[in-house]
Formats: sequence, structure tokens, C-alpha cells
Amino acid sequence: MYMKGTAARMGVMKRVSLVFKAKANKALDKMEDPRETLDYSYQRQLELLTKVRRGVADVATSRKRVELQMNQLQQSANKLEDQARKALSMGREDLAREALARKSSAQSQLNDLQVQYAQLQAEEEKLTVASQRLQAKVDAFRTRKETIKATYTAAEAQTRINEAFSGISEEMGDVGMAIQRAEDKTAQMQARAGAIDELMASGALDDIGGHRDDIQSELDMISAGSDVEREMARLKAELTASAPKQIEGSGPNGGSQAAQAQAQQAQQAPYAPPAPQYTPPQQADEHQQTQPAGLPVADLPGLGGEPQDGDG
Amino acid sequence: MMIVRILGEGQFRVDDDAAAELNQLDTELEAAVEHSDEDKFTAALASLLAQVRAQGAPLPADILEPSDLILPHEDSSMDEVRKLLTDEGLIPG
Repeated sequence: MYMKGTAARMGVMKRVSLVFKAKANKALDKMEDPRETLDYSYQRQLELLTKVRRGVADVATSRKRVELQMNQLQQSANKLEDQARKALSMGREDLAREALARKSSAQSQLNDLQVQYAQLQAEEEKLTVASQRLQAKVDAFRTRKETIKATYTAAEAQTRINEAFSGISEEMGDVGMAIQRAEDKTAQMQARAGAIDELMASGALDDIGGHRDDIQSELDMISAGSDVEREMARLKAELTASAPKQIEGSGPNGGSQAAQAQAQQAQQAPYAPPAPQYTPPQQADEHQQTQPAGLPVADLPGLGGEPQDGDG
Repeated sequence: MMIVRILGEGQFRVDDDAAAELNQLDTELEAAVEHSDEDKFTAALASLLAQVRAQGAPLPADILEPSDLILPHEDSSMDEVRKLLTDEGLIPG
């Protein structure tokens, strides 16, 4: 088809239409009885209709997958921002920075997906319209086919068949290309979606509910750490509160008032729970044995909290 | 009257008066393809399609007429158009 000499005069539009016509003529030439062409072509039209409808469904499936991923990425971005805020409030600027870096990565994937999503949506619409157009043409062809078969002899029918055939054949070529293009876009999209799934699974975008959310685990560790501190303070308070009672029974009064004052102070310490009622008996016993009476029990390494005034 | 198809979009009936302008744009499009000028190609294709849409009336879908002229898809690459012109596998069937 590509002939330089004539091409210069013909232009792109004419040449493309000639390519389409050549295709139709080639198919027509293969048929012995022109009327046979009609039935054969009609079968192929119906097949193409099925194919284009399946194409619409495929694109829709692909679009929904992208939509799902977009939701996941959005959730990740939101969660990462929360984590960054939490990390900052705990004074962990390094963690906050890491969370924000991942958020920005998730956000850029998200922006990318939005573009792809719009393309898939456009493709889906195009294919839907193409399938409606093809349906209308196939219906018209069927009517024409019945008329030709009923009214004309094989010889007479030739011209009319050629007209109907080249009209529908061009449409079929167009629709066939549309399906191909949609398939290509969908395949690209799926490759991309697969890559994003992998990225999410790797933890780089902080998969929601994923198994490798290290920012969250570090934040959890920090807050677990402060829970431990709280618990320690509570236990200390309990122990200092119970110490004087035991002393009162066995020792002289001298040191016990100082211990009581300490216990009261411990109860007012920032982390002490309002009403310490639970006293771990075992621990109390141990302390009774190992600590000399009158010494503040709370004075253990690593707990540092309660101020000590006076030495009893 | 002639019928122009934009691939992926459908057929239009275009007045003969509009043909001269279309041919002018078509010549630019062809030159761009021949010189592998991507920018000119994109611009020429866009104005050609815009012209057909503006001047043409959409042909009802149930009309079985082959087109006199066929235009590439609006998002065609130059490569795709080359393949269209050489009948190499772009049209299925």
C-alpha cells in the first residue's frame, strides 16, 4: 500500500481509507457465493460484539482494581500523617521525618494512579460507545442481509453485498483496533498495579494492616515504654505506701513518719494512679526482708521520679 | 458530501466545502510523518480532528456506508500512523 509517488498527493486520510477498503476486498474475494459472505460476515460480527463487550468488562475490572489500590494508598497516606504527628508529639523528629517521606512516596503513587484511572475510564467509555455503534450496524446489516437474500439473485446481489460488507467491515476494523488499544492500556495498568502491590507489601509505603510497619512498631515501643514507666511508678508508690504500716508494727516510731511523708509524696507523683489498692504481696515480702526498715523503698536504679527530701 | 471516519470515534458527514481546508491540514500531517516531526504531527492531527468534529455531522450508527476518508485515533503516536499507512497488522481481521 505504501507507494511514495502517489502517497504525496493522496494524504494520510485517503491512504488509511484505502488500507481499510483493501482489507474488505480481500475478504470478499475469498467468497465463492456472494450470499455466503453475508452469513459468514454476520457470524463474525456477532463474535466481535461478544468480544467488545468482554473488553468493556475487562477494562471495568481493571479500573476497579486501580480504585481499590487508590483507596489503600490514601489510607496509607492518612495513617502515615497520623504517625508523623504522633512521633513529633513524642519528640521523635527522625521517625516523623521517615513517616512523611513514605507519605510523600505513597502520595506520588496515588497521583500517578489517578491519571491512569482517568485513562481507563476514558477507554471504558470509548469501548462502550463502540460496542453500541457496532450493535446498531450489525442490526442494520442483518436487515440488509435478509432483504438481499430474499429479493436478489446471486448475480444481482453482488453490488449490494459489497456495499453492506465494506460498510460493516470498516466498523469492525475500527472496533477491533479499539479493543486492542484497550487491552494494551489494561495490560500496562495491570503491570503497574502489580508493581504497586509489591511496593506496598515491601512496607515501603506502609501497607495498612501489613506485616512490616516498622514506624508503627517503634511508636508502639515508645508508648509501651511509657506504659512500663507508668506501671513502675505505680508499683513504687504502692510499696512506699505499704512500707510504714509494716514498720509501725515492729519498729520504733522515729523513722516511720518520714516514710509516711515519702509515701504521700509518691502518691502525688505525676504517674501514680489515683487509688493504689493492689499490693503485690510477694514483692512486699521481698522488700521487707532485704531492705532495712525506714529506707525509702522506691530508691531503685532506673525508676527515678520521686524526689527525696531529708534522709529520715 | 463525503463521509469521514475518526478511528475510535465514529463517522461524520462533511460538506465538500470543508474539504479544501481538511486537505491542507492533511498535507501538513503527512509532511510531519515523513519528517518524523513529532510536535508538528501532534498539532496537525489535533487540528484535523477538531476541524472534522466542527464541520461534520455525526453519521447515525445504523448507516452502513464506507468512509471516503479515515483519520487516526486522537491519541495516536506517529508510529501507529505509519503502521496504519502500511497495512501492517494494525487493522485486525
